[in-house]
Amino acid sequence: MCLKKLIKAAGLIILTFISLVSFAQNKVITGKATDSKDGSGVSGASVSAKGTRVGTTTSADGSFSLSVPSGTTTLVISSVGFGTQEVSIEGKSSIDVSLVVTNTTLNEVVVTGYGTVKRKDLTGSVATVSSKDFVKGPITSPEQLINGKVAGVQITAPSGAPGAGGRILIRGGASLNATNSPLIIIDGVPIDQQSGIAGSPNALGLLNPNDIETFNILKDPSAAAIYGSRASNGVIIITTKKGKSGKLRVSFSTLNSISTVGKTVDVLNADEFRTLVNGKGNNTQKSKLGTANTDWQNQIYGSAFATDNNISLTGGIDKLPYRFSLGFLSQDGILKTGSLRRSSASLNLNPKLLKDHLKVDLNLRGVLTNSRFANEGAIGTAVNFDPTQPVNNSNGRFGGYNEWIDPSSNRPDGLAPKNPVGLLNLRNDESDVKRFISNIQLDYKFHFLPDLRANLNVGIDYSKGEGTIKIPDSSGQSYLRSVTNGGGAQASGSDNQYQQTKKNKLLEFYLNYVKDIKVLKSRIDVMTGYGYQDFIRESPAYPDVAANGTVVTPEGNPFKTQNTLISFFSRVNYSLMNKYLLTVNWRADASSRFDKSIRWGYFPSVAFAWNVSNEGFFKKQKVLTDLKFRLSYGETGQQEIGSDYQYLPVYNLSNNTAMYQFGNTFYNVFRPQAYDANLRWETTSNYGAGVDFGFMNGRFTGTIDIYKKKSEDLLNRISVPVGTNFSNEIITNIGTMENRGFEFTLNSAIIRRKNLNWDFGFNITYNKNEITQLTAVNSSSYQGTQVGGISGGVGNTIQIHTVGYAANTFYVLQQVYNSNNKPIEALYVDRNGDGIINNNDYYRNKSPNPDILLGVTSGVTCHNWTFNCTVRGNFGNYMYNNVFSNNGTFRTNSLNFLTNVSRNYLETGFANNQYFSDYYLQDASFIRMDQASLGYDFGKVFQDKANLRATLNVQNVFVMTKYKGLDPEIAGGIDNNFYPRPRVFSLGFNLDF
Amino acid sequence: MKNKFLKSLGFVALTAVILVSCTKDLDRKPFYDVTSASVYKDLTGYKQVLAKTYGGLSLTGNSGPDGNGDISGIDEGFSSYLRQYWQAQELPTDEAVIGWNDATIRDFHHMTWSSSDVFLRALYNRIYFQITLCNEFIRESTPDKVSERSITGADATEIGYFRAEVRFLRALSYYHALDLFGNVPFVTENDPIGNFLPPQITRANLFNFIESELKAIETQLKPAKTNEYARVDAAAAWSLLAKLYLNAQVYTGVSKYSEAVTYCNKVIAVAGYSLLPTYRFLFLADNNATSTNETIFPVTFDGNKTRTWGGTTYLVHAPIGGSMSPSSHGVDFGWGGLRTTKQFVQKFADPSGATDKRASFYTSGQSIDINDISTFTDGYSIIKFRNVTSTGANGSNVTWVDTDFPMFRLAEIYLTYAEAVLRGGGGDIPTAVNYINLLRQRAYGNATGNITSSDLTLQFVLDERARELYWETTRRTDLIRYGQFTEGTYLWAWKGNTLNGQAVGSHRKLYPIPAADLTANPNLVQNPGY
Repeated sequence: MCLKKLIKAAGLIILTFISLVSFAQNKVITGKATDSKDGSGVSGASVSAKGTRVGTTTSADGSFSLSVPSGTTTLVISSVGFGTQEVSIEGKSSIDVSLVVTNTTLNEVVVTGYGTVKRKDLTGSVATVSSKDFVKGPITSPEQLINGKVAGVQITAPSGAPGAGGRILIRGGASLNATNSPLIIIDGVPIDQQSGIAGSPNALGLLNPNDIETFNILKDPSAAAIYGSRASNGVIIITTKKGKSGKLRVSFSTLNSISTVGKTVDVLNADEFRTLVNGKGNNTQKSKLGTANTDWQNQIYGSAFATDNNISLTGGIDKLPYRFSLGFLSQDGILKTGSLRRSSASLNLNPKLLKDHLKVDLNLRGVLTNSRFANEGAIGTAVNFDPTQPVNNSNGRFGGYNEWIDPSSNRPDGLAPKNPVGLLNLRNDESDVKRFISNIQLDYKFHFLPDLRANLNVGIDYSKGEGTIKIPDSSGQSYLRSVTNGGGAQASGSDNQYQQTKKNKLLEFYLNYVKDIKVLKSRIDVMTGYGYQDFIRESPAYPDVAANGTVVTPEGNPFKTQNTLISFFSRVNYSLMNKYLLTVNWRADASSRFDKSIRWGYFPSVAFAWNVSNEGFFKKQKVLTDLKFRLSYGETGQQEIGSDYQYLPVYNLSNNTAMYQFGNTFYNVFRPQAYDANLRWETTSNYGAGVDFGFMNGRFTGTIDIYKKKSEDLLNRISVPVGTNFSNEIITNIGTMENRGFEFTLNSAIIRRKNLNWDFGFNITYNKNEITQLTAVNSSSYQGTQVGGISGGVGNTIQIHTVGYAANTFYVLQQVYNSNNKPIEALYVDRNGDGIINNNDYYRNKSPNPDILLGVTSGVTCHNWTFNCTVRGNFGNYMYNNVFSNNGTFRTNSLNFLTNVSRNYLETGFANNQYFSDYYLQDASFIRMDQASLGYDFGKVFQDKANLRATLNVQNVFVMTKYKGLDPEIAGGIDNNFYPRPRVFSLGFNLDF
Repeated sequence: MKNKFLKSLGFVALTAVILVSCTKDLDRKPFYDVTSASVYKDLTGYKQVLAKTYGGLSLTGNSGPDGNGDISGIDEGFSSYLRQYWQAQELPTDEAVIGWNDATIRDFHHMTWSSSDVFLRALYNRIYFQITLCNEFIRESTPDKVSERSITGADATEIGYFRAEVRFLRALSYYHALDLFGNVPFVTENDPIGNFLPPQITRANLFNFIESELKAIETQLKPAKTNEYARVDAAAAWSLLAKLYLNAQVYTGVSKYSEAVTYCNKVIAVAGYSLLPTYRFLFLADNNATSTNETIFPVTFDGNKTRTWGGTTYLVHAPIGGSMSPSSHGVDFGWGGLRTTKQFVQKFADPSGATDKRASFYTSGQSIDINDISTFTDGYSIIKFRNVTSTGANGSNVTWVDTDFPMFRLAEIYLTYAEAVLRGGGGDIPTAVNYINLLRQRAYGNATGNITSSDLTLQFVLDERARELYWETTRRTDLIRYGQFTEGTYLWAWKGNTLNGQAVGSHRKLYPIPAADLTANPNLVQNPGY
């Protein structure tokens, strides 16, 4: 925001100067520039006489007065954020101009890391989404603000759990085993790429979405390479709202929501289940049937309330602009007992000192969350708990919750599902998380050389999560667990605690020199800097304690780890005649995760852009108003390997439950750890080309990008030749993977009338992922790395990484069907024809990742009404329906309990689980309306002292899909015990003083 | 202006100092793990590494029962050496079936495994994890290294014993590799950690290596019955040699029965070895105290201090299901998986246990026939390993089991002796009959089960081995030696994936080299038939 003001101020000074030196002033034009949306005056807009150097800017209420030379026929009115307009003044002395907001303005400031650049000078693919374009509604995790808004960015909506975060994947993801999350930078502080903290699994969940001003998504290396070793999966730079000078403005918002339960897993009801068991069960099973009619899912889910209240104070005390905000979120989950309370406070001060030579930007941000995590184990047992059983028992055991009993021991049966309601109500997992992110950025413009700036950024990100898990003695879920025999004391339940601390320190310093060299028609912008960042993660060890205080398992070893990253970086932007733009980035990173001899990695990039709009010939045509071609190449890296000391040969001491006995003494054992002394960076080479265009006066703007990313030296968990290391697998640099894709974005202002505006945005992404090498020696006998663990059995997987296929391709047996198209149990195609069905008959089929992503946003403003909606689509993605495969069978058995079945059983009639059948692989393409909102602007209220807006919002409006399970959008492509996404209705009010 | 310039200069200089001083922060060291220099500084450190080489047979990682596993690519609970070795030796035979849905677990009994089998890969990786651990210890415990580290006197002598024990453990794992996989990668303490492709050794050459190692250490180990509990002595080396020689015909094509007899005699001659009077006590929670005169080499477990989901925890829990009472076996609940075939049950004329007390089947609610492997009540269950003590008390924990696993015990030496004699290895028949009758008298509680020399046939010995040693990881090897494993000469339920059993390809006498290692190591050639 302050940058926009700077630009405006600069414009004002220049134009005033120009007007002073103008001579022939013989016609005065007056008028007013207004915002087409609401008719309010636009201040600071530049007004100039076309073909001359005469101009002025509008005053605070949008009015202006300008003397123009005679013969002037047209005025040009422009302002940051609005489309430029040319208005004829022939025969007029007064004009009113209605300025139209443009979606993508060329003067928009894009944050590229260690500096900013105007969009028109940008050589790379950077998407910017600012607060006015954010997805509306009750959003608790910041990344959802931009879901569906940006091509090439796949954001999986989070599950329904309060505070859950979505998965962000930029351009398909560059890594196999290292994280595929982009690097996220909040106000210049890169946050730890390892997810969340104990007690708050979503790392971004600790940032109040209401404090965010913009997201800049650096998709290609022209921009991202400046973050070198952490940029392979793109970079997201989040800028928070800043102080603005002027009088105090107070903004209050409240958003109150009801989350309602949508679809649940389709299982048999009590009567259907009775019919099934009486028809197909044995006598043991029949004897276990109850008389109740319990819809277990109905028992565990319920509508939930949430309220999100925020207040912000913005203004300036003398020369000290500030913004202070407080937020309070209280959200209950639709899975009963779960809740999240988040209190956040942030303070931003950004004064300019030393006659504006020193800009200070101070951010202090603190958040406290208190969560109670509902026992998500209840989701699965509510699916398969016998619906003929009542919720409560009559004897009061197990907290009054009915459980399956093992008659031989009169204890809850160890293999049976536990009462879902008991699982929820008798487990209290509560956590408190504190997080403090703060940084101060000093930007000093040298007195003796104003073209040179020095910037120092010092930041800290500290978080601490602590929690307790309490389960009472009587609970069926941890009844007489693992207790030491003898002595008579029997311990049940749990009284456990956990804690984790993370400290992330940052120091960055850079020098930036910008010079216009008029004689060469050139502008150079050189930046060079140094960065130091240090991460410490720590968890103390706690014993496993039963409810009565008995230690079930003594504490293990505590955990503490540290890694440090030291960097030098440099960037040159060169612009010739405002037409030819060149960006060269270079970063050297050294990571403590690698051996001294190879710990430095170098990440260069180069990008070129041709701004056709500034060519003479371009101005002769009227169709296009903007055109730019971009080309880039760069290398980025990945060092997020999970462990900080993987390259060192060290010994690990076992804990007190992994000792070995000699004589009568037990010894803690020393194990040499597997290591790879040659571990180094993963490198991704990126090739990109793009076109930015605009037509109809900037009312339609768009971007087309194509890219190819090749990741080499993948940090890959591979099998080492046995006998050559202290484990069979190590993380090492072997393998290559490619992503190729296409992105198209179009933003348009379809209708621009006085009282009716319609904005429409559309983006589509195509991405193809292929593994091109996995092992040191390519071998045809190697089937690949099996991944994607499923529920059912132990150690079963359903996906595989194979050369020539997309990562995580499903690896399944080919089902044989009868003439009625019904799958025949346990009959598969003998694909290799050797007469036996074993794992040589598995084949690779489909991928959980979509080929095509679609995002559509639409906003209509009519008088005081606004309507917004966001629709997303994923196409070509498949899902393994683990709910069907795990619950879709019924057979006779002599177990002490019954389990309900998925309605899918009625289609297959399977007696035994056929986990690997491709029958369970289902097309999960979908179109989802994420959100629709209707707003009304009441205008001035309270005697013109405040402005009031109201919004009515629906989140998760509808999903269209062929997928037969609960929800087609589950990261990873395995549907099992998924916390359903609620449909959320909310009503919000914004009051601005 | 000058002042400002100086200030700026100072600022730049300060920055430069920060830059230089910080690069040393890149040498981060672990907070809790330690380097080899501090591990091997004294006898205690050596002993803790020694404990890992032993513990490699029982523990699955450094955090019991799971959470810091030794090997990957498999659920840690499944990754137990003993559990996987047990499965490979028992599941493809008449002695055991398992009803679970875990990955390819049923391929064992169906005899349809392939080279990408996750369990075979885990077993193979376990064996070589163990060998690599042993190589590291052997490297670090040379007399030179020990004296370099200023360890002398009795401590140095003790480390010498450690080293011989570790060589035994390495030979044991190589023996398992030889028996299961045949032609395998070969690495010793002379090979490096890191970039190296081990050569493949032939089965015959590996036989020679194991033989020479065991013979070399037989005098370096502590004399029989002089070491502390659970540590290896000379008798363990002799026992392994006896087993190696008994199967030499299979491994090398050249029989060595007389050597088998020789080494059986060495064990039997040790004063202090005798049969435990009560057979069932051998497999109970306090067998570390009750069974030391019969058990030659145990793999130890403890409900509180040596926790794993494999080993005897698996052997106690997995056969409990149906109407069985977990608590009467000292555990919290059953895993409902393991049972046995009718053909094995019929090895006992009276499966009730009233006559031959070694028969410990659970039959109530169980059918003897197995129509559906996944149904727990199809097939009798076996309750050989239990988590209760000889006095009827429970083990120390209801989830993890105290019972130690007898890797070698005197009874097997008696049976090996008898078979080697019958196969022409010398010795004498009356002695063999006497040894067998010692086992049978214990089993029957009297002489009614005794045999005469005319009863002592090879097939009788095989069946007696089954009755005495069932579920003790010898069955597959025994059936192969007798030509009954893959052949049609002896069929059991679901052999070859048919209800009544059928012959399978003879290549299945060896397991395939896991595909993952074939890919990682181009020196390796797959076993024929896979």
